[in-house]
Amino acid sequence: MKADKNSIRTVLATDCGSTTTKAVLFEKTSEGWRQTYRGEAPTTVEEPVADVTVGALNSFTEIQEVSGRKILSGNTKDVPFVQSKGADKNGIDLYISTSSAGGGLQMIVGGVVREMTAQSAERAALGAGAIVLDTLSADDGREEYEKIERVRHLKPDIVLITGGVDGGTKSHVVEVAEMLLAASPKPRFGDTLRLPVIYAGNKEAREEVERILAPIAHVESVENIRPTLEVENLKPARDLIHDFFLKHVMSHAPGYGRLISWTPVPVMPTPGAVGKMINDFAIRRGLNVLAADIGGATTDVFSVSKDPKGEMIFNRTVSANLGMSYSVANVLIEAGTNNIKRWLPFGLSNTEINDRLRNKMIRPTSIPQTIEDLYLEQAVCREALRLSLNHHRSLAVGLSGQKQKRGIADIFAQATGHESLINMQQLDLVIGSGGVLSHAPDRRQAALMMLDAYQLEGLTQIAVDSIFMLPHLGVFSTIHPEAAEEILMRDCLINVAHSIAPKFPEKLINKKVATVKFNSTEVGEIWGGDLAIIEQIAGRTGKLEIIPSSSNVDVGAGLGEILIKDIELGAVGLILDGRNRPLMFPDNLENSISKQQKIYAAMGLKV
Amino acid sequence: MTSAFAPGLKALQFTAMEKTRELPLKGEVIVAEGDIVNSDTVVLMADLPGNLNILRVAERLGIEPSEVAAGVARKGLKIDSKVAKGDIICEHSGLFGLFKSKYESPFAGRIEYISESNGHIGVREPATPLVVRAYIAGTVTKVVPHKSVTILGHGALVQGIFGVGGEKNGQLRMLNVSNDKELTISDIPSDCGQKILVGGMSPSIDVIKAAAKAGALGLVVGSIDDSALRQYLGYDLGVAITGDEDLPMTLIVTEGFGRLPMSPKISEVLGAYEGKLASINGATQVRAGAIRPEILVVHDDKRGAASQNHEGRGLEVGLKVRLIRVPYFGMYATITELPHESEVIESGAKTRILKAKLDNGSIVTVPRANVEIVS
Repeated sequence: MKADKNSIRTVLATDCGSTTTKAVLFEKTSEGWRQTYRGEAPTTVEEPVADVTVGALNSFTEIQEVSGRKILSGNTKDVPFVQSKGADKNGIDLYISTSSAGGGLQMIVGGVVREMTAQSAERAALGAGAIVLDTLSADDGREEYEKIERVRHLKPDIVLITGGVDGGTKSHVVEVAEMLLAASPKPRFGDTLRLPVIYAGNKEAREEVERILAPIAHVESVENIRPTLEVENLKPARDLIHDFFLKHVMSHAPGYGRLISWTPVPVMPTPGAVGKMINDFAIRRGLNVLAADIGGATTDVFSVSKDPKGEMIFNRTVSANLGMSYSVANVLIEAGTNNIKRWLPFGLSNTEINDRLRNKMIRPTSIPQTIEDLYLEQAVCREALRLSLNHHRSLAVGLSGQKQKRGIADIFAQATGHESLINMQQLDLVIGSGGVLSHAPDRRQAALMMLDAYQLEGLTQIAVDSIFMLPHLGVFSTIHPEAAEEILMRDCLINVAHSIAPKFPEKLINKKVATVKFNSTEVGEIWGGDLAIIEQIAGRTGKLEIIPSSSNVDVGAGLGEILIKDIELGAVGLILDGRNRPLMFPDNLENSISKQQKIYAAMGLKV
Repeated sequence: MTSAFAPGLKALQFTAMEKTRELPLKGEVIVAEGDIVNSDTVVLMADLPGNLNILRVAERLGIEPSEVAAGVARKGLKIDSKVAKGDIICEHSGLFGLFKSKYESPFAGRIEYISESNGHIGVREPATPLVVRAYIAGTVTKVVPHKSVTILGHGALVQGIFGVGGEKNGQLRMLNVSNDKELTISDIPSDCGQKILVGGMSPSIDVIKAAAKAGALGLVVGSIDDSALRQYLGYDLGVAITGDEDLPMTLIVTEGFGRLPMSPKISEVLGAYEGKLASINGATQVRAGAIRPEILVVHDDKRGAASQNHEGRGLEVGLKVRLIRVPYFGMYATITELPHESEVIESGAKTRILKAKLDNGSIVTVPRANVEIVS
């Protein structure tokens, strides 16, 4: 197998997920690079099979059958693929993979101060594609025994310890190591494996941390994640997390030793690959992007946004307990039944909602059959996205602890340097991924879910990932970024719609707040409190002009300013959202149902 | 094409049951291959490492961290030394040997480390013994030294859809209530101590508490209401990963949440073993490698064990299934057609479907993902 981008024409890629192994074929065709075929099979990392390659081979067999291309050689001992020969219709040039099987990469991170080193450690782990099981810090509000008791019962793949600036005090970071020794969590894989620990704190405490943890752990140290208060240096820790993932985690997971031997490209954690693809894409195009992958158990949120200095900052968070099936009851608990109910265009008792969602929790693979049941799941999705975005905003912030020069305007604005980097009005693109969004029976439903959950502001493009191909493209981009982006634009991202949501004073409710022109022709008006969709211009390319009705309306370009942009409209057209921000909900159930019925009807959705 | 199998919960009167009992750390296997064991036989033992206590000696004595090691040495102690509760483990002399300050260990154990950076001493408490019992009666068929044993028994096996509470062993007692009747306090017999109660549906929290108070070790019902579960647990359950709850009585639900009668097959299988010793476990894990709660009765009758095992069975015309989603949630039906092509269903989604005849004779179309095979 070769990884030379100039000589490859056919690439087989898998994402070995917790429940399904998804295989896709990328081919260089006469039209350029395309995703051509896909196949999937249940993941077999768990007992009774306990060998990930069995599920992977099943997914290859499915691709082989649907494509007619001979991919498998029948060699069961070595690399199982037929090597392609030039323009031959058989074989592949390269196999690549990502993995989140067995729950993905699971880490514990620790730092001295919660909002400084512990937060940086969290960002390093999340950015590398991990799920953070717990974040320890001296000031996390828990008693020492509580932390030890909690960590003792966790089974992390890797632990990351940080703390202290270089040359600063050692005692607190040593205490974090002591706490880990006291808890002695067992690594998830490998009975004989010592707990893999990465130390990325005050370099002067390295020796003592390594000595304290020697009885239970394999410790490797890298450069400090916060060498000074003003600097966050995540890359060395992230790189070592990826090395550890391959050396200490993947190689001990059932069957991965063999899977790794099939590819010359390192296997990446699934969210790490997705993050890479989104980050590279956003930076190349200079876009502020927010993407969410809402799965059965967890919701991943990725963002790339310009900080005040104009630098593009990537952030990823995982809401480990917000999902559409296994964790659906957690969404119910965190959001509350009434917050789910407020999105429904029909009445349903709280007991009925609670019981239905708990039944989904225990039978996670069942799907909605009725429109009512579908809308209930889509209401849950809105809440899961809303909560995940709140979580993301709390971590996607500027550095805490650094000395800042503050101008008079900052003082009046109460700016602390700790504000979220996500500014909804500056967002250019939102991407939705995961079955509930990607496979919504009607694309307008997907658009409305994201519009409602995020309360998008100004002009925003809404897209979905067609078949959850971002992981495959992320790992492919490590060897052929241009081809990966070509496939991303042609086969992966589906341009659903653009939304326009102006902000205006309450007195403009029921009044015109903006006029919308497309290629100089008026196509619609935005009325305060109303929602409308313009489908006639769907799929067209042209100049969009949004003209505010008065100087106190902000359509996304500043108060009273006209917004002009060249855009390619998506599959369902342009959504004119005059509901103002924040969204307000009626106090009584009857009005709430009636309001939602109007919104669904305005979107052309069946009620 | 790879095959897709519909999930199905087991309700088998005769089956082979294999249970692997495993230690969480290296230990000792007490039994040998071929040994006959009872459900309460101890089969594995290990020493669980004691807690490590971090003693903040420098802070307490008001001395420099670097002075702690010398203070420990002064008492003739070092790393690995054993200490008793109340032993002085660090002593510091002030100016000219006056104003001695000392630190007494609040725990018995062994000194594991002394930190020069912060003056902490780590004292590890003695190990505590851990025993693992057989859980089911049967024959030991496999031993992995220092780690696990596998026990094979023959008997009846019923899986629930969801449960809370861990392993329990007790006599089965069928309650005098029909499957579709809401369980009430008057259905709970006063002499149900150490018993596993089976029957009815949707018990209120008062009924659950009454059974637990009367000493029942287990309660198996058709369904439960979301709020009753919350009150029994004392918190809201967000993810169906259970089994570690510290509950006096294990609760197993066979059908789901709401008001659903227990499957007649389940009450029939368990009813055949009234008064027999059963092993139950509420542990549930609804993820890949799913674990469902179980009720096991070892009776050593090996009739038809192989033919009743439907594990990994695919959907076929004529097969009895349970429908697991509204508008047919909880109903039973027989598959009449399995069209190959996907169809658009009421929600607007295009998916693989099947047609099935309900017990009332009507034919319905449902997504294949929304059925469970009834064993």
